[in-house]
Amino acid sequence: MEKRTYKTEESGLHHHMEMLHPVSQKNYGQWSYHERPGPGILKHVAKSGDVLFTVRAGTHRQVTIPIVRRLCDLADKYADGHLRWTIRNNVEFMTPNEANVAPLIKELEALGHPVGGTGPSVSAIAHTQGWLHCDIPATDASGVAKSVMDALYDDFVKEEMPNRVRLATSCCEINCGGQADLAIVVQHTRPPRINHSILKDICEMPSTVARCPVAAIRPTTVNGKASLMVVEEKCIYCGACFGACPAMEINHPDHSKFAVWVGGKNSNARSKPSNMRLVCHGLDNNPPRWPEVTQVVKNILGAYKAGGRDWERLGEWIDRIGWKRFFEETGLPFDKYMIDSYRHARTSFNQSAHIRF
Amino acid sequence: MSKQPDDAGKKLNPTPLLDELEKGPWPSFISGYKEWIQDSGNTMTRGVLDQLQYSYETKMGYWKGGVVGVHGYGAGVISRYSMIPDKYPEAKEFHTMRIQPAPGLHYSTAKLRDILDIWEKYGSGLLSMHGQTGNLQLQGIDQDSVQECFDELNKKGWDLGGAGATVRTGASCVGPARCEMACYDSLDAHYKVLSYFTDLVHRPQLPYKAKFKFSGCPNDCSNSIQRADYAVIGTWKDEIQMDKAEVEAFIAAKGVDYLVNNVITRCPTNAITMENGSMEINNSDCVRCMHCINVMPKALSPGKERGISLLVGGKGHLKVGNMLGSVMIPFLKLETQEDMEGLIDIIDRMIDWWSEEALDHERIGECIERVGMVAFLEAAGLETTIDMVSHPRDNPYFKADHDHKPQIKSMA
Repeated sequence: MEKRTYKTEESGLHHHMEMLHPVSQKNYGQWSYHERPGPGILKHVAKSGDVLFTVRAGTHRQVTIPIVRRLCDLADKYADGHLRWTIRNNVEFMTPNEANVAPLIKELEALGHPVGGTGPSVSAIAHTQGWLHCDIPATDASGVAKSVMDALYDDFVKEEMPNRVRLATSCCEINCGGQADLAIVVQHTRPPRINHSILKDICEMPSTVARCPVAAIRPTTVNGKASLMVVEEKCIYCGACFGACPAMEINHPDHSKFAVWVGGKNSNARSKPSNMRLVCHGLDNNPPRWPEVTQVVKNILGAYKAGGRDWERLGEWIDRIGWKRFFEETGLPFDKYMIDSYRHARTSFNQSAHIRF
Repeated sequence: MSKQPDDAGKKLNPTPLLDELEKGPWPSFISGYKEWIQDSGNTMTRGVLDQLQYSYETKMGYWKGGVVGVHGYGAGVISRYSMIPDKYPEAKEFHTMRIQPAPGLHYSTAKLRDILDIWEKYGSGLLSMHGQTGNLQLQGIDQDSVQECFDELNKKGWDLGGAGATVRTGASCVGPARCEMACYDSLDAHYKVLSYFTDLVHRPQLPYKAKFKFSGCPNDCSNSIQRADYAVIGTWKDEIQMDKAEVEAFIAAKGVDYLVNNVITRCPTNAITMENGSMEINNSDCVRCMHCINVMPKALSPGKERGISLLVGGKGHLKVGNMLGSVMIPFLKLETQEDMEGLIDIIDRMIDWWSEEALDHERIGECIERVGMVAFLEAAGLETTIDMVSHPRDNPYFKADHDHKPQIKSMA
């Protein structure tokens, strides 16, 4: 590389106004109401009387230059050169011209992008990087997301769920995929194997010790070299230490499995936001299609779709019917590992005589 | 540079397990990658695909981190080196550049094409739109190309996002750009807050990550309460605006049963009652949950006295478990530049307190729980209010100042 003469302009982020569709700019903050003319389509009406149609479509999230260029081509053709993404990796095109909606949908579908994800539907999965790019993953994320969304395709392109369904997957227990109505998260089932030969050279030991949520890591000496040990009875197999120290080898082809969590809710609508709860674990990490995971997801969402009332999020449906019926209707077994044993565990105990028979 | 224009680079190696992910109706990232390799001859992408196939065979990951960056910054590039470069030399390096998008993930095609053109010149051609924090991720560049690639992006007005112990790239919902629910200018707040903290985005100086998310209303479409250390959520103080004619139209279209079963009885605080075949809202009981407004967007809308609530301390799993953010500022107007500066001032004090008090890798929510919320509020210069808790303490062990005297109003 030649000597660098350019001086960085520490510009931070672009201003949104230069990115917005002209109708968005004109009616910024002056919207009146919206309707959903069909799955994947929104119609927003401004106080000025201006109308803005939105078409929402699913993407691969892991995309390439030609895929994004084709989306830009569609935006140039139908959406006046503007487009946006949702936080669940869906792409959106806006147009004031209703006549653009049908041909845009046709072209999106021809490119393989399902149009949907609006209203009471299953939106695309928020997911992590996995084997494709992450340095601590026990599984792939894009592959799991693809396999599960293949099975939920109809629920994305139709609006037939009780309320919106947010999904997430994560390829380690740090759970970068986040809280969701239903989340598929890696679960380790053994303590880390410690690679003593490299630990001292690649890890900062005090910060590795400090990273453990249950104080299970202690300094020790192995073959005359300083290293770390794990008190296996205390270890909760979370893998937090692995992020600090790659010698704490938590990932394992067979012992790293999947757990499924339900009832996380971001919105404040009706009930307060909530964290998700463990309902299934010990599922095999089974690439390339993870059929065991998909079956559990289908069972849960099938029962919710059948029994949930309008506007009930998955966790609210469970609040109404009770956890006992949830386990019955989804075919999942409740077991002793689902009883919390960590901080604030008592808040999850049934401190009442409210029992469903 | 990883690109080889000759046809040898366009040849795909066998990836039988990954090919299984080309089946089914959902868009296949594998098909996308294969198309790109055959199109461009980008050998880094081919190497990555081959290593991914090996991960699928062995059920293990093969990337390790390192340090790659650009001049003057300490964050924004996530370095990845293959642990098995002898096996997959084409995938030896596969670093990611995190790019901060505009608030709301809005793009003009012209600006997005700038990124694509530059990325085609320097990188693997793979992108993630977007990462969980909200970055546009340019995935796959070698160390020698990072600076030039960044310089070209920067000339087009694009800048790197956060990573590690920094203020991270922000996230926001669609906001006032399209949504009638937006109670404040969430996109502008995102822009101004993140611009103010640019130095902390680019240079790790904090105990751990600090995330900002901006939602226009309590529907919280940016998942801020669950995911953000600082959740800025639009709200209102006065009465829900009701268009009586639209209420009647709603009942005429949907029926009284629907109104009862899906609006009135679903109000979490029973603030809505049936009156003469229609609905009345007792606004003093309303908690601004948004449900009735969501069901009746034509008839109901948020009140006119609008502002934000600030919730602090939301975070994911590490280290002490999930935490939802909790209310630290129940209501703040956010209309003028002064209002905005006031909010940034308060957040600055919170970050200062956290930087002083926190342990290594401790998020602010964990720090508040360990050190104490009252100490935090005092440092931030905030009055304690009942809005900050679900209920007063039920734990009988407490201590108060010996000379504390309650000021009790006469209610006679």
